Formats: sequence, C-alpha cells, structure tokens
Amino acid sequence: MFTGFDFDVIARSLPYLSQGMLFSLGLTVLSMIGGIVLGTVLALMRLAPFRVLHLPASGYVNLLRSTPLILVIFWFYFLVPLAMKRLSGDAYATGIGPFYSALIAFTLFEAAYYCEIIRAGIQSVPRGQVHAAFALGLTYGQAMRRVILPQAFRNMVPILLTQGIILFQDTSLVYVVGLTDFMGAASKIAQRDGRLVEMYLFAALIYFILCFLASYVVKRLQLRYSVGR
Amino acid sequence: MDFSVFFQPAFSGGGTYLDWVLSGIQWTLLVSILGWVIAFTVGSVLGVLRTTQRVVLRAPATLYVEVFRNVPLLVQMFIWYFVLPEIVPRALGDWMKTQMPMPEFWNAVLCLGFYTASRVAEQVRSGIQSIPRGQTYAGLAMGLTQPQVYRHVLLPMGYRIIIPPLTSEFLTIFKNSSVALTIGVLELTAQARQISEYTFRTFEVFTVATVVYVLITLTVTVAMRALEGKVRVPGYLGPAGR
Amino acid sequence: MIAIKNVSKWYGEFKVLAGCTTQIEKGEVVVVCGPSGSGKSTLIKCVNGLEPFQEGEILVDGISVGGRKTDLPKLRSRVGMVFQHFELFPHMKVLENLTLAQVKVLGRTPEAAIEKGLRLLERVDLSAHKDKFPGNLSGGQQQRVAIARALCMDPIAMLFDEPTSALDPEMINEVLDVMVELAQEGMTMMVVTHEMGFARKVAHRVIFMDSGRIVEDAPKEEFFGTPRSERAQLFLSKILQH
Repeated sequence: MFTGFDFDVIARSLPYLSQGMLFSLGLTVLSMIGGIVLGTVLALMRLAPFRVLHLPASGYVNLLRSTPLILVIFWFYFLVPLAMKRLSGDAYATGIGPFYSALIAFTLFEAAYYCEIIRAGIQSVPRGQVHAAFALGLTYGQAMRRVILPQAFRNMVPILLTQGIILFQDTSLVYVVGLTDFMGAASKIAQRDGRLVEMYLFAALIYFILCFLASYVVKRLQLRYSVGR
Repeated sequence: MDFSVFFQPAFSGGGTYLDWVLSGIQWTLLVSILGWVIAFTVGSVLGVLRTTQRVVLRAPATLYVEVFRNVPLLVQMFIWYFVLPEIVPRALGDWMKTQMPMPEFWNAVLCLGFYTASRVAEQVRSGIQSIPRGQTYAGLAMGLTQPQVYRHVLLPMGYRIIIPPLTSEFLTIFKNSSVALTIGVLELTAQARQISEYTFRTFEVFTVATVVYVLITLTVTVAMRALEGKVRVPGYLGPAGR
Repeated sequence: MIAIKNVSKWYGEFKVLAGCTTQIEKGEVVVVCGPSGSGKSTLIKCVNGLEPFQEGEILVDGISVGGRKTDLPKLRSRVGMVFQHFELFPHMKVLENLTLAQVKVLGRTPEAAIEKGLRLLERVDLSAHKDKFPGNLSGGQQQRVAIARALCMDPIAMLFDEPTSALDPEMINEVLDVMVELAQEGMTMMVVTHEMGFARKVAHRVIFMDSGRIVEDAPKEEFFGTPRSERAQLFLSKILQH
C-alpha cells in the first residue's frame, strides 16, 4: 500500500511545515488567552443580575455558538478591514494582516465557548462560599476575585485545556482564507508537488500525536486535581 | 442594507440568488442529517463496546475514538476525499475517482458521520457508566443475558441521561457540515461566500446565512427539549438518599 | 440446594473471601450477618455468579456456578435475588418490571406474564400501583415490587442482599412481613441482613462473617444463646443495643 510513496517530500518541506506549525501554535495560545479573558468577562456579565449586562452577553454567546466557525472566519475577514478603514479614516487601509485578523476571529469565537465553561465553573462553587465572603465584609468584586474565581478556575483547568486542544484543531480552518498554518503549509506543498497522499497523512499523524499527548497530559492533571480535593 | 439582492437573477443557473441560498440550506441539512444517522449508529455501537469487560472488544473501540477525536475535521475531510481513493484497492479507488455519484457529497457525509461517531461514542459510554452497577446485577440476576441487559436496561436509561450532551453534538454536526465546502460541497456557508463574491452584498448575505444557522439551532433545541420531556422518567436517579 | 465449598476471592492483592464453606438445604432459611466489609454481600453475589471467584466451588441445585459450561443466565433465572437498592428499572412501569424477564428469559406469552405479575403484585398488596413508575413509589413499596419481580420467575431459592438497609425505619416492617410469609411457606432463602428480629423469628441457621471468613455457622438457638467467637459476641451486643 505504501509503494510509490515519496517520504522525501516530507523531509524536504520540514522547515516550511515547522513555520506553519509555529503559526498554528501561536494562534492557538494567543486566542486561548484572549478567549479566556474575554470569556471571563462574558461569564460575569451573564451571571450579573442586571439586564443591561446579561442580555447582550447571552445574545452574543448564543449567536456565536450557533454559527459555524468557518462562517465566523468569513465574517471577520469581511468586517475587520471595514472597521480598520472606519477607524483610521483611510479608505485604502489594508487592515492588520492575516494573522491578526485570524487572531481576532478566533478570540471572539472561542470567548463564547470559554464563557459557558467559566460560567459553569463559577456556578459549581458552593453558594456558601459567596455568603461566607460577604459575611466577612468583602465587596462583590473582592469576593469574585479573591474567593470565587480562584476556586472556579482551579476546578476548570482541565476542561479549559481540553477546549484549547479543540481550538488547536480548529485553527486548521484558517485554510479557508488561504493562511499558511500547519495544514495550510501541508496543503500548499501537497498541491505544488502533487503529493496529496503523503502530505495529508503526515499532517493527520502530527495532529494526532500532538493532540493525543496533550489530552493524555490533561487526563493526568485531572486525576491529580481530583485527588487533591 | 439591501436584501433585494436575493431576488436578482443569479450569475448562472437561471434562478435567483435566493434559490442558491435554498439549495445551500438543502445540502447543509442533507449532509448533517445523513451524517448524524451514521454518527448515531456507529457511535452507539462503539460506546457500548467501550463499556464491555472484554479487551478484544474494548481496545479497537478505544483506538477508534482516540484517532478520530485527535485529528482535525478538515484533515479528515481531505483524507476521505483526496487520500482514500489512492490507498484503497485499485478497482475501488478507480470507481471512487471516476464513477462514484456525487463524490464530494458522499465523502462529506461519511467523513462527518465517522468523525461525529467518536464523540457520540464518548457520550454513550459515559451515559452507560453513570448507571449504578446494581442495575446490571439486577438484570443478570433475573436471567437476562449481557446483550439483553444492554437492550432493556442500560441503553434505554443511558440514552435518556445523555439527551442534553447528544443535543449539543447534533447541533455541532450542522455547524461542522460547513467544513464540507473545502472539498466542494455547495452547502449554506459556501453559497453565502459565492453569492457575496458575485454581488458584493457580503453583509446581507452573511446575515441571512447566520440567521438560518440560528434558526436551525433553535428548532433542534426546542425539539430535543420536547423529546426530553416526553421520555422523562419519574425520579430516575432512584430512591431519595441513594 | 446451595452448596458453597471452600470459596476464596481476591480483588487484586486483597482477599475478600477466604475459604468459605457452608450449605443451604431445600426449605431452609439462613441469615448471614457480620460487620460491613466482612464479605457477606460478596458471598451472596457469588452464589448466582454476579461476582466471579477464583477458588472453590458453588453448586446450586447440583449445577456448578463457576463451571465453564454452565448456562449462567438459565441458572440465574431459577434463583431470585433482591438488592439493597431495589434496582427496579426506572424507565419501566411496575408491571413491565415484573413481566420483562418472564417474557425475555422464560419465553412466556405477554398475557401469561401479565397475569402472573398481577397475581404477585396482589400478593405484596400493590395492585393499585401497577401502572406507576418506580420513582413514584416509596422505598418500601419499591422493595416489595422487587420481591414480586423475583417471585414471578418461580425461583427455587431466593437471595436477599441487605433488603432493608436502604429503607427508612418505618418501612422496614412492610418488607420484612413479606419475607417472613415467604419463609413460612417453605421458600429456600439466603438473607444478608442485620435484622436480628427477622433471624430470631424465621431463620433456621445464622452465619456470622468477619474479614472474608465464615466465623460462625450455627443453628439459630445456638447462635443467639451462646455465640462461640468473641467477634460474634461483640457484634451481637452492638447490634442488639439498638
């Protein structure tokens, strides 16, 4: 079955592929950080007792969670340059480059998913903890920052990381706007050299190894956490 | 905003752009629902296998889940469409390349189905494992065979327990069906992009596509909630204080 | 009827049963007691093969439970079992719980199974509840249904695994009454329980277990009169204080 395979094409293109992988990893890590920060804000808004806060947050989250990531990517490729022109007042502004457009799209998209994880995490901290914090005279902000969020995040670490693994897989979809992430690099070489079989199988293998190892680490972490509690 | 663009005659095909949108919706629904049939069937079998005592049954199911879960959907899509015809036996490969009807469509359905199966399998497994061991004991003690215990005791309860996560997998398959555009299926997202390229009414076109996805989500959510209410079992967590 | 010969069982390194030997004759009622973790529940689950054991032999009506060629489902269908947590099937109505195994295991017609089920529901005084779900019954009612469910199979012997320990105190007697009646009719019974009142009333023999061993196996009068082992004395004095 592997007769006629050209493994050399992989070796030859390794530098190009590694550059793509750096792009994928960078996009993953940065949009994960951005997504968690924004997701926390959204979660706090959704849990707030004021309509002006939780209605827009709920609307945003439900909208993004109903929309395919590819469509979201298309949306931002359309909207970001428009916004840049509007902001800079320069009709010929070309935007901020493909990486940052992707970063914005992924951050805003993932924030909706992180919001739901974080909201569940906050709600899993027993009510008694909130009451105890208030009873000590802490304000709402202090109670959240010092008491609730630290506990919530501690419980959430494994699931936040799992979402990160999903995000890493999702970054491959920047292919649809022609960016050169790992998958983009693989497919460009595949088409240039006519080596689709080798390149796509190799890409699958690399994704598998990375994601499998990462989820193994998360599983170990989860065990440690559950014992520590 | 100007939605009259949808009533303009389309660049090709004779209809209006609205017809393109409707055709896109149709393919989105077809790919997703057929994919779900595969995902649900294969996923259920795999999920059950993962809960059995026998390693020869459990190990292959575990391997399947790990492989399909840890490779991005886009990569799997390319493997089904570009790689599979090259590595299967010659005759089959030639058939796939030249005679297979609607190869983009069927490869997308198979890809989405087998990909989602790994996720359904995990839900089914966790549903079955959340049922107390005593239920299995009770089934066996009255003389049911292991398969009968699954059929009459574990699966009916297991499926009820996992309706909420299964709903979210079902919603995900509609969203994931947009990945089929990478191998040329003209589903909703692909049509939206195509129309925007022809008409430059990007905002309107994307808005309509987004609204359709939101409507699909709402419909499915409401339907699944109704189903959940219909099959609800009184106090199914067992006697109080358990 | 039931012969347990030198049975030992390990969970990994941990020995849960150590050379247990005893015998239950036809029509005999034997109560098994002992502190928690003494292996009594494990032992009774070994009798119908719900728990495997590594050493020794158990014969039920002359058939070896651990035997390679034994048809376990068939053997189990002839031995009734009642569990601590009732283990009714929550998604089936009471009557369906009673007919499932009659139809699927014994091959009775649905009509015959329903008739039999109704007769036994009548017997445990729950006919009015035949169309309810288990979740809508009290613990005591659920346990009586569970006993009726086991009796539907016309068992040659009944195993009770702590049938009253998950019940609220006021419900214990309604279940014990059914069991006493059963014993007085001459049913062969092996009962794991701490209900010493029940033991005094109907048991022929009492077995006391500790750390996986059968420490004492004596006729009722002898056991309550002068338990030989110190452990049994201590246990009895603790139990009887309540």
